[in-house]
Amino acid sequence: MTRAIVFAPKSARRGDVIEIRATIQHPMETGYRWDGKGGLVGRDIVSRLECRYEGELVFAVDLWQAIAANPMVSFFTIATTSGTLELKWTGDHGFAHTETAALTVE
Amino acid sequence: MNAARRIVIAGLGTMLLRPAGAAPETLRVAIEKFAAGAAPQTGRVTLEIAPLVDNGNVVPVTIRVASPMTAEDHVRAIALFNEHNPNTEMAIFHLGPRSGRATVSTRVRLATSQQIVALAKMSDGSVWQHRVDVIVTLAACIES
Repeated sequence: MTRAIVFAPKSARRGDVIEIRATIQHPMETGYRWDGKGGLVGRDIVSRLECRYEGELVFAVDLWQAIAANPMVSFFTIATTSGTLELKWTGDHGFAHTETAALTVE
Repeated sequence: MNAARRIVIAGLGTMLLRPAGAAPETLRVAIEKFAAGAAPQTGRVTLEIAPLVDNGNVVPVTIRVASPMTAEDHVRAIALFNEHNPNTEMAIFHLGPRSGRATVSTRVRLATSQQIVALAKMSDGSVWQHRVDVIVTLAACIES
């Protein structure tokens, strides 16, 4: 089972700029390593992370092999309304993982 | 030397070039593609990365862009490119007025000592950049 951690405040004042840090467990295999048997270990990376705030896309990042294993991304968003933050990672070989975090906005 | 042999040798030459590490030429092409016609100006962007890196496998990077992040004036995208990794692109962040602050962080791999470039594309189409030369003590490539 893939492990992922979303670091985000549980509550904020309306208009606050909050930081979200998202880390997911993934080898980010570059495709450049040798497998010791004469071939290359195939590329297997997380290629995109999207953050939806109550359904609206507020952040996205495209990732390549140069991102370190267990990719961590930190970004900011404005706390507008109470609701759900949804982080979705997608990648090679149909990889997809979603984590949610609840946010209360006063 | 006949034409076929010349083509094969030229092809082999290209193959050998790629795994060794992308050249400044591919970096220039990647910047042009991201800038979409705008000439990158230096400023407004701060690429925070250690100038001397102990371990090239996990290098923390933070990019800050000076911008009010309003609907009329904000950062649309931040790109992180390199000079000598096998692949030039590292990450492209997509921001907007909902972001509030144009600051992003991640952790990257560096294959060797090289120049790292952070570019910010603004809502008015202008592109700003910051280039940092990084020395890498333990390269990420050693792990094979």
